[in-house]
Amino acid sequence: MKLTPVLSANWDTDRPWTLAGYGGDYKAARKALAMEPDAVINLVKESGLRGRGGAGFPTGNKWSFIPQGDGKPHYLVVNADESEPGTCKDIPLMLANPHVLIEGVIITCFAIRADRAFIYVRGEVLHVVRRLQAAVAEAYAAGLLGKNIFGTGFDLEVVVHAGAGAYICGEETALLDSLEGYRGQPRLRPPFPAVEGLYACPTVINNVESVASVPPIIDRGVEWFRGFGSEKSPGFTLYSLSGHVTNPGQYEAPLGVTLRELLELAGGVREGHELKFWTPGGSSTPLLTAEHLDAPLDYEGMTEAGSMLGTKALQIFDDTTCVVRAALRWTEFYAHESCGKCTPCREGTYWMVQILERLERGDADASDIDTLLDACDNIFGRSFCALADGAVSPIVSSIQYFKDEYVAHWEQGKCPFDPTAATLFATAGAS
Amino acid sequence: MTNGLSPEIRELARELIARYPKPRSALLPMLHLVQSEEGFVSPDGIALCAELLELTKAEVGAVATFYTMYKRKPVGEYHVGVCTNTLCAVMGGDAIYSALKEHTGITSQNGVTEDGKVSLEHIECNAACDYAPVMMVNWEFFDNQTVESAKQVVDDLRAGKPVAPTRGAATVCTWKEAERVLAGFHDGRADEGVAAGPATLVGLELAKERGDSA
Repeated sequence: MKLTPVLSANWDTDRPWTLAGYGGDYKAARKALAMEPDAVINLVKESGLRGRGGAGFPTGNKWSFIPQGDGKPHYLVVNADESEPGTCKDIPLMLANPHVLIEGVIITCFAIRADRAFIYVRGEVLHVVRRLQAAVAEAYAAGLLGKNIFGTGFDLEVVVHAGAGAYICGEETALLDSLEGYRGQPRLRPPFPAVEGLYACPTVINNVESVASVPPIIDRGVEWFRGFGSEKSPGFTLYSLSGHVTNPGQYEAPLGVTLRELLELAGGVREGHELKFWTPGGSSTPLLTAEHLDAPLDYEGMTEAGSMLGTKALQIFDDTTCVVRAALRWTEFYAHESCGKCTPCREGTYWMVQILERLERGDADASDIDTLLDACDNIFGRSFCALADGAVSPIVSSIQYFKDEYVAHWEQGKCPFDPTAATLFATAGAS
Repeated sequence: MTNGLSPEIRELARELIARYPKPRSALLPMLHLVQSEEGFVSPDGIALCAELLELTKAEVGAVATFYTMYKRKPVGEYHVGVCTNTLCAVMGGDAIYSALKEHTGITSQNGVTEDGKVSLEHIECNAACDYAPVMMVNWEFFDNQTVESAKQVVDDLRAGKPVAPTRGAATVCTWKEAERVLAGFHDGRADEGVAAGPATLVGLELAKERGDSA
C-alpha cells in the first residue's frame, strides 16, 4: 500500500496558506473555465468522486441535479462545519491550504452556474477562519475572484461565514437555515436543496474535502484519479487516525486501504495494549472491532462490515477503555446537540442518557438493555435528519460486540475500568 | 438603547448585511459582532440586531440562544474550552477539565474567575482529535494537553503573560478580539503561526520517507 499525498502534498512547505505558497495561478480553474460547464460536470461525474462529508454521494451527480436555464440564482455552499466526533481532516486542510478549496469553489460554481458561494466554517476555529478570510482576500486582489475571472466573463463572489457552535449545522439543510439567519434546524425533503436550497434557490452543498479534490482531478485527469481506489470508490482521501495509536494524524491514502495497513504505518496501537474498538468515520458510524481490521475502508467495504465509511475518522480505543463510558459520552453529545425539532430524537436521546448513566454506574440490569435497544428502535429512521440515526450507532454496536461488558457493570455494581489507565498521561508516567 | 455599544457598530453591522443577498443572513455574524463589543449577547445587542434586520427581539433571542458560542452572560477575557467528547475525555480531557475546575474555583459551565480573566467550558469535539486531549483558548488550538500544561496556560493567562497556541496566532488575542474576527473582520494575523502541527504532517512525512507519491 502506497500513501498518496495530493491534498496534503504542500502542507510542509513555506507558508502554503498564501497564494505564492500554493504555487498558485489556479491552473486547474483556468483549465476548467475554458471548458463548457456541462463538460466540467461530466468530467467530475466520470471521475467517480464521492462526497467526503460522510454520505458518499457522487459529487458530479449532485451538481447535475441543479436545474439550468431556470432564471434563478444558483448557490454553492461549502460545508466547513466539521464537527462529527473524531473528524479532524477539513480543519487542518483549510489551515494549511485554503487556496485549494477556493480554487475548487471557482470550478464548482462555474460548473453549476453559480455566481455566489458561501464557505460555512464552524466558529470554534479562529485561526482557520483567519486563513480563509486572508486567502479569499488574496484571491480577490489577484483577480481570481470577483468580476470577469480569467477574462472569461465569469463572475464569482465568495463569503466566509463563521458558524456559532451547533453540531447540527453540519447537516446540510440545517446549515442552510443557519446561513439564512435562523436556528439551525433540518428541513423536510423534498424539496431537495438542488431545487430549493439557500433562499429557496438551487444550491449545491459540498464538503470541504470534496471541493478541494476537484482541482487535482481537473488538473491531472479522470484516469489518474481512477488509478487509485476501487471502481465504486475511486480516488484518494484523508484518513484521520486518533486515540490510542502510536502516531495519530492525517494519512492520505487510496480508498480501500484497511485499518491494519494504516495502523502499521502509524506505529500500531499504543504500546503494551491491544485494539478494542474503533470507529471508521466518526461516532455516528457503528463501532467495529479487531475482527474488522482487514475490511476495506471504502464505502462498500464498510457497509459490508456493518458500519459506514463516514468521514474516515478512525478513532482507536485500546483495552483500557470502557465501552459503556464511551457510549454514554457520545449519547450525551447527541442529546446536547439534538436541535429539538423532532420528538423521537429530542426525547429519545434524553432518555437514553438516563439509562446509560445507570448502566455505567452499575446501577442497572438486563431489562435496561432491552429498554435501551427498544428506544433505539423507536428513534432510528424517525426524524427529519440523520442525527438520531447516528446517536443509536454507538449504543447498538457496543451492545452487539460488548454485551458482557455491560453485564459486568451491574454484576460488579460499578464500572470495572480505571479511567486513569486510559489517559495518555498513564502512558507518559509508565515510560 | 445601545449605551454599551460603540457608535461604529451600526456601520460595521450594515457592512455585514451588505455581504449577503438577504439581510437576515447577517444575523449570526452580527451576534458575533455584538459579542466583540459586549463580551456576550447583551439585551442592547439583541435590540440592535432586531432593529437593523427588522425582526422582533424575540426572533433574535431565539436564534442567539440556539448556538453555544453565544453567551448570555459575560465570559472571561480568555475563554477556555476543554474537549470532553469521548475521545478527548478518555485520553485525559476529563482529568484536565476537573483539574481546571478545582484550580480556578469555577464550578459552572461558562463560569468566570473572580478577576474576570478566565472562564471555563467543557466543549464538544473541536476537530483536532489527532492532538487529543485538546483545549481551546478563545478558539485557538492548544494541542496535546496534560493537567499540568493546562493549569500553566490558565495561570499565565491570569498573570497577563503572553500565551501562544500550538496551532494559531503568535499569541492568544482577547475574547472580544476573537469575536471580531468571527464576525467577519480580518485582524491581519493569518500569517502568524504554523501551517500544520506534527500530527497533521505525519502521513506526508512518512510518504516522503517511503518514496510514496500520487
